[in-house]
Amino acid sequence: MAGEDVNMSQAIISVKNLVKVYTMGDVEVHALRGVSVDIRKGDFAAIMGRSGSGKSTFMNIIGCLDVPTRGKYMLDGVDISMLSKDQLANLRNLKIGFVFQSFNLLSRTSALENVELPLMYNRKISSKEMRNRSMKAMESVGLANRADHMPNQLSGGEQQRVAIARSLVNDPVVILADEPTGNLDTRTSIEVMDIFQRLNEQGISIVIVTHEADIAAFTKRNITFRDGKIIREVEIDKPRNAREELIQMPVAIEEDEL
Amino acid sequence: MKLKNLLIAAIRSLAKNKMRTFLTMLGIIIGVASVIAMIAIGQGSKKSIQDQISTLGTNVLMIWPQASNTGGVRMEAGTSQKMTIDDVNIIIDRCPSVAAITPQVRTSGQLVAGNLNWRTSVFGVYPTYFDIRNLKLESGSVFTMNDDRSASKVCVIGQTVVTNLFGANADPIGNFIRINKIPFKIIGITETKGQNAYGQDQDDMVIAPFSTVQKRMLAITYIQSMLASAQTEALIPVASQEITEVLKAKHHLGPSEDPDFTIRTQTDIAQMATSTSAIMTILLATIASISLLVGGIGIMNIMLVSVTERTREIGIRMSVGARGSDVLLQFLIEALMISLLGGVIGIVLGIVISQLIATVLNWPVNITMNSILMSFLFSSAIGIFFGWYPARKAARLNPIDALRYE
Ligand SMILES: Nc1ncnc2c1ncn2[C@@H]1O[C@H](COP(=O)(O)OP(=O)(O)OP(=O)(O)O)[C@@H](O)[C@H]1O
Ligand SMILES: [Mg+2]
Repeated sequence: MAGEDVNMSQAIISVKNLVKVYTMGDVEVHALRGVSVDIRKGDFAAIMGRSGSGKSTFMNIIGCLDVPTRGKYMLDGVDISMLSKDQLANLRNLKIGFVFQSFNLLSRTSALENVELPLMYNRKISSKEMRNRSMKAMESVGLANRADHMPNQLSGGEQQRVAIARSLVNDPVVILADEPTGNLDTRTSIEVMDIFQRLNEQGISIVIVTHEADIAAFTKRNITFRDGKIIREVEIDKPRNAREELIQMPVAIEEDEL
Repeated sequence: MKLKNLLIAAIRSLAKNKMRTFLTMLGIIIGVASVIAMIAIGQGSKKSIQDQISTLGTNVLMIWPQASNTGGVRMEAGTSQKMTIDDVNIIIDRCPSVAAITPQVRTSGQLVAGNLNWRTSVFGVYPTYFDIRNLKLESGSVFTMNDDRSASKVCVIGQTVVTNLFGANADPIGNFIRINKIPFKIIGITETKGQNAYGQDQDDMVIAPFSTVQKRMLAITYIQSMLASAQTEALIPVASQEITEVLKAKHHLGPSEDPDFTIRTQTDIAQMATSTSAIMTILLATIASISLLVGGIGIMNIMLVSVTERTREIGIRMSVGARGSDVLLQFLIEALMISLLGGVIGIVLGIVISQLIATVLNWPVNITMNSILMSFLFSSAIGIFFGWYPARKAARLNPIDALRYE
């Protein structure tokens, strides 16, 4: 137990006074006004908040897709502000898995090839290992039999699972998902949360953005944004268990039909 | 990214848009094919001109009297009466670089054999004419200097004359023909030479001893021109120099005075002809290069459009770890693959077209390794040059901006 505690307290992501100002001509938009938070190893956090409160801005910065105007960001012990563009690309490749609301899969490219994409940019991986790891990632999201399908032959939920497979294929330290269930129905959303929970059980830190309290309830920790600041942080004592709920769901449907 | 992965990524993305890839390639294909075909035509005509010039003879020099200019009235070249057989003799005596020489007179003759007749040129020359012009006999023999001294009525005729007076495949050696009513005995038939560079039939002529034509047919005392050959190709200019000096001295012209004759060497003619065909080749190649350039601009156009179109893809690639340089290389490799593949197809097509032109139109073509190499290099250069700008534009995108792009 003590060992786990040490692990838990080790911050994967540590931001201090993060500020992001978008300037468009004369107008300045203060998207983030001093955000400080730590995401620890093994964490599963949900970021909540109104539209425009700066959630996506925050995610893009901790995902190294964007840079903060001010503030300090340490990812896995590395100060991001010191890194070049190429080094940031390297971090995105090796340490971060990003899942988008709109899936962002390459069109007319098979599911497996989409999942392979991060490995293509990893110099240390052989073609054979690439195939094996992508197949394993596809299996872990339950889509091994759809590997050769094109994105437009997959449902939204399946596309999102492909995107999740892509995000975890390079063994990242953290998976960041901006509204991963935003385009999905309830059951599919719970399926996606099931996958996240399983990955989290394997020790991968996960941060998701969601508008739905129902979805946030599957996580261990809820962080609420308002006007570019964190206004509340709650640890969830007893998160919902997606696996169990899924087992019960067909029954629920049957009850509905009665 | 590893090169292998880059190639895979480029091939996948080209395969994803086969039609677009093909259309882009088409510009290069047409460009390269036309460069190859045009150069093949240019080189082919150059080679055939060179071949024909070599049928003129070996190391040949032609000497004409200059058109006389007395009283400001220029006469037609060759009508001057200043050149005589003495000029030929003095050249034989005093010009060591000259291997052989013959005087030339020419007239037109109405030929009659039996009930057939034919009109053609009759040349009066020394037997050396056959050596100078590399003229071989099909059958029979050449007349001798004795025939010349006695102005014998013997002649050697070309294949065209044989065909027109005796029918194809006839052997009229020993037969008599009347040339302007004078009976001549046929003692030889020349080998077929075909047309010369100017489209004249070289087999349509009668060759007779010089004195026979000069005295019996033309009844003149001068000669119209001379044909000489130098000892070696290298000695052509020396021979030309020697002839100039000897003739000027004989015609009492000072060293600073203009000669009253013109010498044209085989080298001069070859140079003239080759430079004409070189200009033609350059012209053809320029036209073809323009189409290649247009093909290149086509690549740039498509790549630029595809950078815009694929901004999101670039964003996705960057979000999973692609560096600017990876994106740059991918786009560059795509452009290079299009132009190289287009180049190879274009080369094959160019060769096929050239062969078609050769067989169908019967034009001389000559596909050179140089033109293939050049268009291959040119097309890859086009790929890099026109692929560079769009590729760099793609590489400079910010991941988040690329992802947000609508
Ligand atoms: N590229 C940009 N340029 C200018 N302003 C921007 C840009 N991106 C976001 N903003 C502004 O920053 C603020 C925060 O935006 P952000 O996208 O982070 O909100 P959000 O919390 O993700 O909202 P939502 O729940 O609707 O996705 C908003 O006011 C938005 O208008
Ligand atoms: Mg958002």
